[in-house]
Amino acid sequence: MSAWETIIGLEVHVQLDTATKLFCRCAYEYGGQPNTQTCPVCLALPGALPVLNREALRLGIRTALAVGADVATHTKFDRKNYFYPDLPKGYQISQFDEPFCSGGAITIEFKDGSTKRIGITRIHLEEDAGKSTHRDTGGSVVDLNRCGVPLLEIVSEPDMRSPEEAYRYLTALKLTLRYIGVSDCDMEKGSLRCDANVSVRPRGQEAFGTKVEIKNLNSFRNVQRALEFEVARHTAALEHGSEEIVQQTRLFDATTGETRPMRSKEQAHDYRYFPEPDVPPVTIAGDEVEAIGATLPELPRAKVDRLATAHGLPRYDGWVLAEEPSVADYFEEAVAADAANDPKAVSNWVTNEVKRVLNEGTHTIDAFPIPSGALSGLIAMQRDGAVSATQAKEVFQGMLETGDDAPTVAKARGLEQLSDTDALETAVRAAIDACPKAVADVRAGKEKAKGAIVGHVMKQTRGKANPGVVQQLIDRVLAE
Amino acid sequence: MVDPSVVDSVAALARLDLDPAQRERLISDLGKILAHIEMLDRVDTTDVPITSHPLDATDVDAADEPIASLPVAEGLRNAPDREGDLFRVPPVLGGDG
Repeated sequence: MSAWETIIGLEVHVQLDTATKLFCRCAYEYGGQPNTQTCPVCLALPGALPVLNREALRLGIRTALAVGADVATHTKFDRKNYFYPDLPKGYQISQFDEPFCSGGAITIEFKDGSTKRIGITRIHLEEDAGKSTHRDTGGSVVDLNRCGVPLLEIVSEPDMRSPEEAYRYLTALKLTLRYIGVSDCDMEKGSLRCDANVSVRPRGQEAFGTKVEIKNLNSFRNVQRALEFEVARHTAALEHGSEEIVQQTRLFDATTGETRPMRSKEQAHDYRYFPEPDVPPVTIAGDEVEAIGATLPELPRAKVDRLATAHGLPRYDGWVLAEEPSVADYFEEAVAADAANDPKAVSNWVTNEVKRVLNEGTHTIDAFPIPSGALSGLIAMQRDGAVSATQAKEVFQGMLETGDDAPTVAKARGLEQLSDTDALETAVRAAIDACPKAVADVRAGKEKAKGAIVGHVMKQTRGKANPGVVQQLIDRVLAE
Repeated sequence: MVDPSVVDSVAALARLDLDPAQRERLISDLGKILAHIEMLDRVDTTDVPITSHPLDATDVDAADEPIASLPVAEGLRNAPDREGDLFRVPPVLGGDG
């Protein structure tokens, strides 16, 4: 065990999937033409008044319930004051001392099935800022479309002890948020963003080491890479005094895998929070919370638990299936349609072939050309020996292309496996006559020589013979 | 009187460039304003909840239904400088962006 202990906390911002912004009724769509999705409120024109989008609060409450946070009965908004060109008001409407919920946790799971609870310090609602782009020629340009888009800020406790735990936390959080449908969590579109806080201390010491904040993290892998780089840097500094770790914000460079200090004005942040006078306080009734809670779907861990217990699947399979709730649904429908009730066989098909096709991006599970029942039909054909494993994959491909069921595709493509003992016996006898050397070798105890006889049968049947049946027949005929 | 360093710090946060006469005047004015507010200290507020909003109104909210945004030209009308349909601003460092 290392003499050092890593402490990581994460701050995640997610854009909520509402139709309109948090305090005005502009629609927002990522990638829109610059400055086409603004109005007097989000442009901060004098006299414009913000009005809360209640749906954003509802999505926030939904999130709170999904992570087991306590929803407040009363909440309010505050102004966070700072100057930046992408923030036309000169303040962000956020929540300071009375966020709409508190507490909660995300449970992460490791490969060996062990789990760890990562506490959530707070979740609050706030508005997004616009987007500024720096020009090499000097100056910046600003697109204010994103101004006022509802964000949830989700702050974790400093409970993570390794970059891997941070990665698992983010994956689990994102999966939960996608399950409950509050955000598409697409990092490429900026609808999920993450900053990481990291420090290293001697194991056993209670006080935290010097904390560094890392920004510019555009994927979960890069969060992990940036943290690994920082942990190594802090540890080297502590062990060899290679440098002094100072409290600062650093930017991650994905091409070098390194972090570097962010250039910023040397001035401590002083946001001078105060209550937002333009937005009256908000009350949250127990009924409203209850109604939202009643619409929560089965959450990822509960689903994996159920897939493992109800279908006897390994948890690994459960997590792969549960990555998309509709894939897990498809699996369960296919199991229900499988007469032999072999969930592991169905899981193998869904986690391998179906997921492979989905990952290629040409099909979605909701409009998958192979209905779950048809997949069960294919699995049954393979189980009954009507098609070999290799043929089954070809049939699958055919079903994907035509939308026909397995027997139809197998027939149309001549992919039926010959298992008929009488028909095969003729071919086996012919092969035995044609391969005297192999027959002698087999009789002398060289099991491998049987391959030549099987090969001969395959040649006669153009690869359609069921190899298992052929083997049995060879044994039987040779024993005569 | 207010501590001059408080005035300097608030001026810096507000991006105000004060000349010495303005600075002196603000030190004096802010001192008077704070002294006036400090009258409240004489009242026992132990059982009075903190007022976070001047109005009694609560739950002023709207349905999540879009209405038309401003035409780009209208939105950019007050822009001191622009590059196409983008606002153009002087270089900035740091910030919360």
